[in-house]
Amino acid sequence: MSGSAIVMMFVGIIVIWGGLAASIWNAIKVSKQK
Amino acid sequence: MEVREEWGTRAGFILAAVGSAVGLGNIWRFPYVAYDNGGGAFFIPYLFALITAGIPLLIMEFTMGHKYRGSAPLSYTRVNKKTEWIGWWQVAVAFIISTYYSVIIAWAMAYTYFAVGLQWGDDPGGFLMGEYLKRVDIVNGAPIGSVGSIVPQVFIPLILVWVISLAILFKGVKKGIEKANRIFIPTLLVMFLIIVFRALTLEGAALGLEAFFRPNWSEIASPAVWVAAYGQIFFSLSIAFAIMITYSSYLPKDADINNNAFITALSNSSVELLAGFGVFATLGFMAKQANVPIEEVATAGIGLAFVVFPEILNSFPGFNGFFGLLFFGSLVFAGLSSLISIVETFISAVQDKFKASRTKSVVIGGGLSALISILFATQGGLFFLDAMDYFINTFGIALAGLVSVITISWFVKKLKTFQDHANLTSDLRTGLWWRICLGIVTPAVLGYMFALNLIDNLRNNYEGYPTLFLIYSGWGVAVAAIVAGFIMASLKWREKEMEELAYSENKGADEL
Repeated sequence: MSGSAIVMMFVGIIVIWGGLAASIWNAIKVSKQK
Repeated sequence: MEVREEWGTRAGFILAAVGSAVGLGNIWRFPYVAYDNGGGAFFIPYLFALITAGIPLLIMEFTMGHKYRGSAPLSYTRVNKKTEWIGWWQVAVAFIISTYYSVIIAWAMAYTYFAVGLQWGDDPGGFLMGEYLKRVDIVNGAPIGSVGSIVPQVFIPLILVWVISLAILFKGVKKGIEKANRIFIPTLLVMFLIIVFRALTLEGAALGLEAFFRPNWSEIASPAVWVAAYGQIFFSLSIAFAIMITYSSYLPKDADINNNAFITALSNSSVELLAGFGVFATLGFMAKQANVPIEEVATAGIGLAFVVFPEILNSFPGFNGFFGLLFFGSLVFAGLSSLISIVETFISAVQDKFKASRTKSVVIGGGLSALISILFATQGGLFFLDAMDYFINTFGIALAGLVSVITISWFVKKLKTFQDHANLTSDLRTGLWWRICLGIVTPAVLGYMFALNLIDNLRNNYEGYPTLFLIYSGWGVAVAAIVAGFIMASLKWREKEMEELAYSENKGADEL
């Protein structure tokens, strides 16, 4: 795979999967605080 | 205050909402749309569309359902009596979709069985159209628009699809929909992860991933690419056909609306990205085997699932039947969880408007949809399905979305009220950006999309189908959904539903 394809693959993974992980983590954190 | 069913847990609601959003389109539409619109560069307009339209619209629909605690028609009635027809229009769109969507799941179910022993043979394309669907033009030489006879291989799994879906819906929100999604979604994820892992280890996978992720930056200057990105986000999130309003009407009082919307939207995108990996790694394998460039094998939709994938499975290095079973099985699970949410919209609407029991509503609503779905299990069903799907998406969902967002933001001016309501119980708070996205960006993009599609369809017949056929199975169906909306809205509510606001406006948001 070319460098630009690898970069875009990681951008997609970090933003989408990372965003999901952050949202779920936030939900768990808030529910524990309650 | 009326007693309304509620989700058992927050995770139950999220799984059901994700189950609704994650459907066949995530698996067979997104990878090709991304590839065809700039590859890796498509992520820029896609993420922009997610932030400026997908998530804001989800928050709006979650807020409507939660605030007014009703099906789409009831929620719209409670927003303003004059907007009830929009709720019914969306429900009518959902009803129409349920009639043919169930048939596609029936195909996937049949193919799960065909995968055992690769029963489609060496020519999956010929098998699908000739032997399986017995297409009326191929087998009988009849013109498009002819119905032909019922195809038992489609009809039998169709019965099974409806039995499973209606049995779940009979059980209600907590014991039926929530419980089913707690099984369907994790199972779907495990099946999908196995497929993707295998796909990534196939020879030629890197070739496919290169085609999928390689950015073509010149593409993102094209308005068509941005329209494709907004279309993908809009059509894949189950927005604007009553589902998310209905599902969120079962949320408890203290539900975190904003973060639920983020989790749902990002879960949907996560599955789309995963599908991109799986589909293009597999297409790379096929291109390598056939020694052809990737553009010759890249495709989407029914062709990808029921023709290209069987071809790929034929040349799989091992466990061909097992991976076929996993692939079509995952389509069945993704489809069923979406179908259940689609049918729930009109079950809930009938319950609210006519004060009918859930059992009666399931029998009437689900039964009628099941009965109509038989049309698509005939030899001529594929053409009706294709035309109806295109027109109801383009001039049903997209137009209803445009009308609803303009009505809420410009005419009844409820955006600030909704924002205050959602922020009150949410950990993540939305600001001015949310109102700008819904009041300006989304109407502008949806309006532009609608104008483009209208001009295109007035100039050229979709797929070159005969005009008369398109009038009654395409345009006519889209118009019928609007007419149905007005007719249903003209019927009087049995009780003074509009005055029984749940998390009431006149009581004030502070009392939440």
